[in-house]
Amino acid sequence: MMEKVIEIKHLNKSFGSHEVLRDVNFSVNKGEVVCLIGSSGSGKSTLLRCINLLETPSGGEIIYKGENILDDQHDIKKYRTHLGMVFQQFNLFNNHNVLKNCTVGQQKVLKRSKEEAAANALKYLKTVGMDQYVNAKPRQLSGGQKQRVAIARALAMDPEVMLFDEPTSALDPEMVGEVLKVMRNLADGGHTMLIVTHEMEFAREVSDRVVFMDKGVIVEEGSPEQVLVNPKHERTKEFLKRTIKQ
Amino acid sequence: MSLDIILSILEENWRSFLNGAYMTLLIAIISTIIGALIGLFIGIMHTIPVRKKSIKSVILKVFNFILTVYVEIFRGTPMIVQAMVVFYGLAAYGVQLDRFIAAIIVVGLNTGAYMAEYVRGGIVSIDKGQYEAAEAIGMGHFQTMTSVILPQVFRNILPATGNQLIMNIKDSAVLSVISVTELFFTSTSIAGANFRFAETFFITCIFYLIMTFVASRILRMIEKKMDGQNAYSVESKREEPIV
Repeated sequence: MMEKVIEIKHLNKSFGSHEVLRDVNFSVNKGEVVCLIGSSGSGKSTLLRCINLLETPSGGEIIYKGENILDDQHDIKKYRTHLGMVFQQFNLFNNHNVLKNCTVGQQKVLKRSKEEAAANALKYLKTVGMDQYVNAKPRQLSGGQKQRVAIARALAMDPEVMLFDEPTSALDPEMVGEVLKVMRNLADGGHTMLIVTHEMEFAREVSDRVVFMDKGVIVEEGSPEQVLVNPKHERTKEFLKRTIKQ
Repeated sequence: MSLDIILSILEENWRSFLNGAYMTLLIAIISTIIGALIGLFIGIMHTIPVRKKSIKSVILKVFNFILTVYVEIFRGTPMIVQAMVVFYGLAAYGVQLDRFIAAIIVVGLNTGAYMAEYVRGGIVSIDKGQYEAAEAIGMGHFQTMTSVILPQVFRNILPATGNQLIMNIKDSAVLSVISVTELFFTSTSIAGANFRFAETFFITCIFYLIMTFVASRILRMIEKKMDGQNAYSVESKREEPIV
């Protein structure tokens, strides 16, 4: 029996009268790599953003290690430190250099000492191959480099789960590889990862499970072979046909 | 208007001119700093996120209303009138302000009213992603503001603050109506004694120009320094190992 880190029950989200997520149920197990796929507007990014409460769900439950974090009582800030978020647009802190980007959260939120935070940050900057750039400001970096720093920043908080929101969608084609390589290594290293992606090849290679979403509902989920090679549902087949054509 | 006369006026009155210029600069700098702080405070107050219909939101609303009234009054009336109202108005109630203090209050409050909008704009213009990234690693609003947003706002409002400083150097001339001995008031006294208005105020002009020019250059330098280099060079160029 695998340990569920995050479990989502009957999650709904609507913007005004527009329902983006409808009764979504799924879970992420410890050490598992799950890829969320689907066409744009299918709600996969919203689902990811609901999980770390950047969007407030309209209804349902998000259970982290047995506790419903949508309870009013729950400490959201503390919960968020257990989730490492990587954004499509990197969102590095523009006023801080690379090292400070990776230490500011550790110091301010986790109350680690400056030295401890720096050592931890350096460890992860090495992991993503950006340890030579500790003093660089975000605007001095390329997109791929920024995203690698953003991954290090998230890892430096020592989260339980890493969330990736289309991490390569804003990158020039030649930089996609370096970011995917880092992610592949993280997956091999046993990190729990939930990835929203359009990179089908990558999804097939790294994920333990693929979840296909369409129009706010989970249509199909299973192993990469099941979903990407032998999909059962018409909508999945349709989607895969379109993406493979491109 | 001849050079000889200008030089002789300068020779006789350089001390007074310098004193006046010093007063002008002092008023401009102190009140710009005060104004920037007021503006920062108001800008921050206006961008605090609150849940609707909580007690906090009601208090904040009342408070922000008062601040808006202040901004509207000070932006909507001439500074020369404000100076009269503050100085003579308070005097009527027995509060005898030092002229210099009154000057700083008037220019400071005036600057604050303008800066409030710049700061608000500066905060609003920061990319939403910056807030989200800070929230996502577990920072609260206060931490997000102090360690991520405001440092970027400072940089963004620096040009506006510089502009305001230069305007204050010039506009502090209106404080002569409450007999603050800044550069314009001093010049008027000098010209009143020698009846050489054109030459005296030509010198005044030069003094103002030097002050504003130097101020704008210094601010440019600070901006450049804050921005740093565009490119980052790695000390040892080796193949980047990923993992």
